[in-house]
Amino acid sequence: MADPMRIRAVLQGDSTEVRVLMSHEMETGQRKDAQGKVIPAWFIQNVTATWNGKTVLAAEWGPAVAKNPFVSFKFKGGAVGEKVTITWTDNRGDKRTDAATIALPA
Amino acid sequence: MNTKRRDVLRTGSSITLMTLVAAAGWLRPGEALAADWNKAAFETNSMDATMKALGGSAPAQSKDITFFQTPDIAENGALVPVGVTSAIPKTESIAILVEKNPNMLAAVFDIPPGTDPSLSTRIKLGQSSNVFAVVKADGKYYVAGKEIKVTLGGCGG
Repeated sequence: MADPMRIRAVLQGDSTEVRVLMSHEMETGQRKDAQGKVIPAWFIQNVTATWNGKTVLAAEWGPAVAKNPFVSFKFKGGAVGEKVTITWTDNRGDKRTDAATIALPA
Repeated sequence: MNTKRRDVLRTGSSITLMTLVAAAGWLRPGEALAADWNKAAFETNSMDATMKALGGSAPAQSKDITFFQTPDIAENGALVPVGVTSAIPKTESIAILVEKNPNMLAAVFDIPPGTDPSLSTRIKLGQSSNVFAVVKADGKYYVAGKEIKVTLGGCGG
């Protein structure tokens, strides 16, 4: 199981700004190890963000997304205390879901 | 006692249940292995082929797509911040493409109504390259590009 994501969801006026940092190798499948063997690709393929049961962002990724991927986006709505949930699935079928509570700006 | 009858009943009911589960969409085959991942689109290496795999046509140049927090020169190709904003109404998705990477397509983001057509992420660049943002809006495709120079490649060389 991969390490938890770091998610920050901050209320900004009538919108919620979400910043996510995931913990993942994002191995491209292009690199070789010291013995000259190709290191197999291992990367997050699908990401979904939901709020109140509604999808607020969905993504498909290739291995060109940087290691320990970062995404920031904003959606209309949200209230302090509500949850934003992020799920990713990688090409090995590993899955991770984490949630953050919407907060006021610090 | 006729045990066969029990078996038939059991098998019969479990088939019915599976059908119901499948029909309700609870059990999507291959879901664990990313059911909605467009494999073909991530294996192309030209704009035309990528657009075709995404189900689109040649995108029109647009000044309504802008980059933010995106450097002209990236010191480390393994970690290049890219931010894209689309001012095109009814933006449905934003894709990020890197011309000189082994496969052009880096990421596709679906933007549901209510979500700002503006987001940022970090990508890898194997070498200095044009980076394109392809926006789908109201069924049409638009593109804007930006050159990013890399002083250290992103493929771990």
